[in-house]
Amino acid sequence: MEQTYAIEMLNITKRFPGIIANDNISLQLKKGEIHALLGENGAGKSTLMSVLFGLYQPEEGTIKKDGKEVKINNPNDANDLGIGMVHQHFKLVECFSVLDNIILGVEPNKAGFLQKSEARKKVMELSDRYNLQIDPDALIEDITVGMQQRTEILKMLYRDNEILIFDEPTAVLTPQEIKELMQIMRNLAAEGKSILFISHKLAEIMEVADRCSVLRKGKYVGTVETANTTMEELSALMVGRNVSFHVDKKESTPGKEILSIENMTVASKLHKNNAVRNVSLKVRAGEIVCIAGIDGNGQTEFVHGLTGLEPLAGGKITLCGEDITKATIRQRSLKGMSHIPEDRHKHGLVLDYTLEDNLVLQRYFEPEFTDKAGFLKRKNIREYAEKLIGEFDVRSGQGPSTIVRSMSGGNQQKAIIARELDKDPELLVAVQPTRGLDVGAIEFIHKQLIAQRDAGKAVLLVSLELDEVMDVPDRILVMYEGEIVGEFDPKKTTQEELGLYMSGAKRM
Amino acid sequence: MKKILKNSGVQSFLASLVCIILGMLIGYIVLLIIEPSGAGEAIVAVAKNFLGYSKKSMQMKYLGNTLTKTAPLLMCSLSIIFAYKVGLFNIGAAGQYVIGSCACLYGALVLHLSWIPCMLLAAVAGGIFGAVTGILKAYCNVNEVISGIMLNWIGLYFTNMVLVQAKDAASAYTYALKSGGKAAILPSLGLKSVFGKNQYVGIAIPLAILFALIVWVVLEKTKLGYELKATGFNKHAAKYCGMAEKRNIILSLVCSGILAGLAGSFMYQTDMEQWQVTIASVPAMGFNGIAAAFLGGLNPIGAIFSSFFIQHITDGGSHVDLNVYCAQISELISALIIYLCGFVGFMKYVMDSRLKKAEEKAMENSNTEASDKQVPDAETNEKGGNK
Ligand SMILES: Nc1ncnc2c1ncn2[C@@H]1O[C@H](COP(=O)(O)OP(=O)(O)OP(=O)(O)O)[C@@H](O)[C@H]1O
Ligand SMILES: [Mg+2]
Repeated sequence: MEQTYAIEMLNITKRFPGIIANDNISLQLKKGEIHALLGENGAGKSTLMSVLFGLYQPEEGTIKKDGKEVKINNPNDANDLGIGMVHQHFKLVECFSVLDNIILGVEPNKAGFLQKSEARKKVMELSDRYNLQIDPDALIEDITVGMQQRTEILKMLYRDNEILIFDEPTAVLTPQEIKELMQIMRNLAAEGKSILFISHKLAEIMEVADRCSVLRKGKYVGTVETANTTMEELSALMVGRNVSFHVDKKESTPGKEILSIENMTVASKLHKNNAVRNVSLKVRAGEIVCIAGIDGNGQTEFVHGLTGLEPLAGGKITLCGEDITKATIRQRSLKGMSHIPEDRHKHGLVLDYTLEDNLVLQRYFEPEFTDKAGFLKRKNIREYAEKLIGEFDVRSGQGPSTIVRSMSGGNQQKAIIARELDKDPELLVAVQPTRGLDVGAIEFIHKQLIAQRDAGKAVLLVSLELDEVMDVPDRILVMYEGEIVGEFDPKKTTQEELGLYMSGAKRM
Repeated sequence: MKKILKNSGVQSFLASLVCIILGMLIGYIVLLIIEPSGAGEAIVAVAKNFLGYSKKSMQMKYLGNTLTKTAPLLMCSLSIIFAYKVGLFNIGAAGQYVIGSCACLYGALVLHLSWIPCMLLAAVAGGIFGAVTGILKAYCNVNEVISGIMLNWIGLYFTNMVLVQAKDAASAYTYALKSGGKAAILPSLGLKSVFGKNQYVGIAIPLAILFALIVWVVLEKTKLGYELKATGFNKHAAKYCGMAEKRNIILSLVCSGILAGLAGSFMYQTDMEQWQVTIASVPAMGFNGIAAAFLGGLNPIGAIFSSFFIQHITDGGSHVDLNVYCAQISELISALIIYLCGFVGFMKYVMDSRLKKAEEKAMENSNTEASDKQVPDAETNEKGGNK
């Protein structure tokens, strides 16, 4: 008997200025399956999913649902067909509460009056059932990226969609949350929902997906059953070469003290307690120190306090022997602090600026880029941007003059990393630097971090990724509820031991 | 052809044109409804404005009038554009214009200063009003629209109060500069003779154009413009990379206020009109600046043309035959057209999506044509079946 597919995308072609994002791609999604989509940054995954969700109209190709051809002109059409999507970069209204965001557009009402209590009941039920913890009344702008992600998932479940698209849902989740999400996805699939799942993490794909389709530079490479393949094979399919998953590095030779933090305390925006409490730590030249922990345990506030985005409630920060507790962000930056921010869209980029303008965001005022009269030196900016784009392999449709908003998520991240590393900082504060990057790019970035270290710089890495936590740093500090609860040598500890400290079950 | 149509600048221009034509059309319809017999004539009179005069020298003279009033309008729209690029909606431009007028008239009629100090007074006064809005916005997060509107009224009544000193008890209007403060009249630069001995035409016009160029250069070419626009697009990112966002907000509103304040100077220092101290509504100049800014595609150079057009229509309104229509009609018609000008952004969007749809259609057609050729048998079979 011929198999009917829940969704078939046939010969889809989508072009953007300067690039063919999808080049004759076909994808078939079976009912009740979890189908992974794998590909390098900029391979065209998000574009393909946006076509399915009605955000883009393909130049060529057809879409079939349950064997019947359908035309999806906009996300409303998609919703009517039961297709829901969690976007790589969330589409939430910042100044609305979590609950309002979930019911936005499908608000239950009686004679035009909102019936929020009903909605709240349904949302809380879903939240309990799938173990997606949220605070329904918190404002989006105040909650962590992880909770925003859960809000997006609930939004989709609330609409009873049966085809679920997850565009890199796990990039921002903690290992525990990822495990839970995997379980949720399995349950949903068992209930007959079909799932399309984009991820750069091969282990996840191997664990949860039934099949995996691979794209490379806009072209379809193939579809494999995960049961009959290996991670090595997948990554080879994806980047066309073998990727080493292990980070090679020499023993570190820490030098003089670069950063010293004494009793740092930062207030929380969410609750009355302090988000960061009495944290003291030191980072020396030539070492990578990692702050590990479950998302929402004060890492964000800690980094904001350190980099000057938030004022401190108490404590002292010294950088290269100078007290910078009261210094402005610009002063910290000039004294040698670089910051790869957690939220690339909020802080890291001016999305409506071109790539070249974003690449000089930390240096535009230097004599190299601005002359004495205050005019920008466009030619120098262009040359500098081209240099960074080449070195860091930032891919986009129109090179330096691409508007950053149109770039793929991973390439946006690469642009930030290029900018922050090329500043040649004394201290690099890197928050989730490899979030959303493909395996090849992660390998490259890890090498860059280690090169910084070997060049005698200090690196403070904040990561939720246990593999990264174990592989890259020379020292691990675990943060739990705003305090440092343990210090470890990555060579002498295990993920399980770290897990105990991260969850608060143990402390030193 | 398609390529040209896709260019954003060309699109803005076309969208503006469509809006203008639509506005004229609606104006015409309104005239038709009120009194069909004179409608055609009236709308032509509005569109022609100074061209309605047969004598060349008269044409030039009235063109001079329109240009004289275009200068302050252009300054107001530049004020709106400057703030808008930083993500601020400076509706307070109207009040900054008023306080600028107040300062220069006070300087001219009470302090008897010459034209340059008067102009500087206007700039400073506008700048101070801008700074108040800016400081409230940056430090207390008071919405610039709210504080701007409040300041508009404060400015208006303050001006009425102050300028009582510069008028006759019998009149509601301040002294004309030529009797009370000759030194403050802007120099004509010989432009007077070019425009049919129009004594109001002067340095304000080239100065306003110069300011348009300066605003464009500052926004597009300088470090300051780079910072201000970054703050406008994403203030979090601006903060993250160490730009002084609070300073930028204040600075941009101060600049915006200076531009609007100068508009007041460019208006009243030509001595074309006098301030009426009994006036109880904020002059429309600042608000028309908003329309001019949008009609000009929020581009300082575009604003030069859109300001001229809006002033042209406004003046044209006064040529409507008042034997046929009531006195308010002229303002109604020009207001209608200006109102429609606000739809430029919407027009642009409509045009863009139309273009895309047409392209898709063309694509589809060529596709089906191609497949038609490949499977001619299937086609004929189907047709046969239908029979
Ligand atoms: N709206 C757009 N306008 C112009 N170009 C675009 C647009 N959206 C995507 N692109 C380009 O299409 C290509 C594919 O982008 P896409 O976002 O689909 O990549 P991706 O596979 O999701 O990558 P990532 O893993 O980094 O998220 C990129 O080169 C991007 O620059
Ligand atoms: Mg993507």
